[in-house]
Amino acid sequence: MRKNSKLSNLYLVLVFAILYAPIFYLMYYSFNSGGTMREFEGFTLDWYKEVFQDTRLLIIVLNTLIIALLSSAISTILGVFGALAITYVKKRRTKNTLLTMNNVLIVSPDVIIGASFLILFTMIGIKLGFTSVLLSHIAFSVPIVVIMVLPKLEEMSSSLVDAARDLGASKWEVLTKVILPYITPGIFAGFFMALTYSLDDFAVTFFVTGNGFSTLSVEIYSLARQGISLTINALSTLIFLVTILLVVGYYFITQRNNRVKGVAIRK
Amino acid sequence: MQTNSRNLYLIPYVLWMVLFVAAPIVLIFYYSLFDIEGNLTLANYAKFFTPVYMQMTLSSFWYAFLITAFSLLIAYPTAYLLTKTKHKQLWLLLIILPTWINLLLKAYAFLGIFGTYGTANNLLAWLGAGRQQILFTDFSFVFVSVYIFIPFMILPIYNSLEEMNPSLIDAARDLGSSQWETFKKVIFPLTVSGVKSGCQAVFIPALSLFMITRLIAGNRVITLGTAIEQHFLVTQDWGMGATIAVFLIIAMAIIILLTNNQRRSAR
Repeated sequence: MRKNSKLSNLYLVLVFAILYAPIFYLMYYSFNSGGTMREFEGFTLDWYKEVFQDTRLLIIVLNTLIIALLSSAISTILGVFGALAITYVKKRRTKNTLLTMNNVLIVSPDVIIGASFLILFTMIGIKLGFTSVLLSHIAFSVPIVVIMVLPKLEEMSSSLVDAARDLGASKWEVLTKVILPYITPGIFAGFFMALTYSLDDFAVTFFVTGNGFSTLSVEIYSLARQGISLTINALSTLIFLVTILLVVGYYFITQRNNRVKGVAIRK
Repeated sequence: MQTNSRNLYLIPYVLWMVLFVAAPIVLIFYYSLFDIEGNLTLANYAKFFTPVYMQMTLSSFWYAFLITAFSLLIAYPTAYLLTKTKHKQLWLLLIILPTWINLLLKAYAFLGIFGTYGTANNLLAWLGAGRQQILFTDFSFVFVSVYIFIPFMILPIYNSLEEMNPSLIDAARDLGSSQWETFKKVIFPLTVSGVKSGCQAVFIPALSLFMITRLIAGNRVITLGTAIEQHFLVTQDWGMGATIAVFLIIAMAIIILLTNNQRRSAR
């Protein structure tokens, strides 16, 4: 294949530069003693100190993590059930209906998900706060897990299950000793995707948080609306580092699980 | 007899679907039939067709169109050039990485970059153009949105370019077509499915953005998403909010139908 010319390399460099500029811009000014994002006056770690001394913020970080871990664990379990259910449905039409329904939450705009969940929770009488946020995060993570697990299940040859049956394995044994180990990479990929979706989500959470409860992205939104504060920069630098760790982790998992290539990516 | 026991997997999954996929959609339709005092009426729909809301809908579509068009214009060459680089997978990962960073943090970074004394204005001043109001304009809104959506346009196009058989290009060359002709008659038609799914991934969220309009466009731009958020969380007129949501769902369904038809045959 022909190699890129100088001009096209320049184009790529430019795209990458613009893609990363805002991120490094934030990081750079997080060390600014000046307190603005205009001029760099001197190096300081004060903003980081402020982040770690702000108990309210730390509680919010903790909330965000708890919601993310709990919701992705629960949605992984539900999602595995869903993927198994879809694989075992033999009728083509039912299968397609299930798959379409599954994708509704993935393609729906966040605003619609948020607004409709707000109506739902108010109608059932669930108080807005921890429970409502947790439930909605589980709700929008389930289809992602299903999508990540499904290809693994479909790739598994049915003779494996038949062989296990012939050798006298019970249904439970077939599930835990044959099927689940086989689809483990898909399950992990699904869990990771759910985790990052949950950590990243703003729009849905914003609708269902109510007053007393907040997650990191909702907090960042309200801080950013008040204007520039370098504490956000310090916080975002920390988040960026954690994100890189997560991505590297996710990358290694998907490397082992080549079939499931980054399908679902969030808007 | 086996299918009965297997269908047990369906129970939790279908329960989730009924509660979090079907019920919310039904509830949105149901709420759109009530006015702010709780009377059953079609007034919301009548209101939607008044000039105020029509104009908002049109401008929302116009902005979404602009954002999609610019994303496509920048993303297509990027995706094309990416397929020709060494270490493709690594570069692709670097394109995906920024999408894992919270959208609000990236938007927040632009508050600094586009601010009156920010980097963009310093550059303009240095070039002799003088300081301009960049933040809170249509330009900044479109720019930041394109910035945020670009990876979602690059990925599907990249994938469809990768799937294309390179010998087709060689064949076109051998038959004497110029580079532009090869692109117009061979490469682009073969990657239309990627372009379509890219447009779908950008257009729908672009219609429903609300946090960026608030942060970057300073409430000058009102999209359908902003209007829904406004009605649900600020004015508490859920009926009208739900009505707009109904139209957004319809718009979404139309876009999906338009952009999906060819995908099946392309696979």
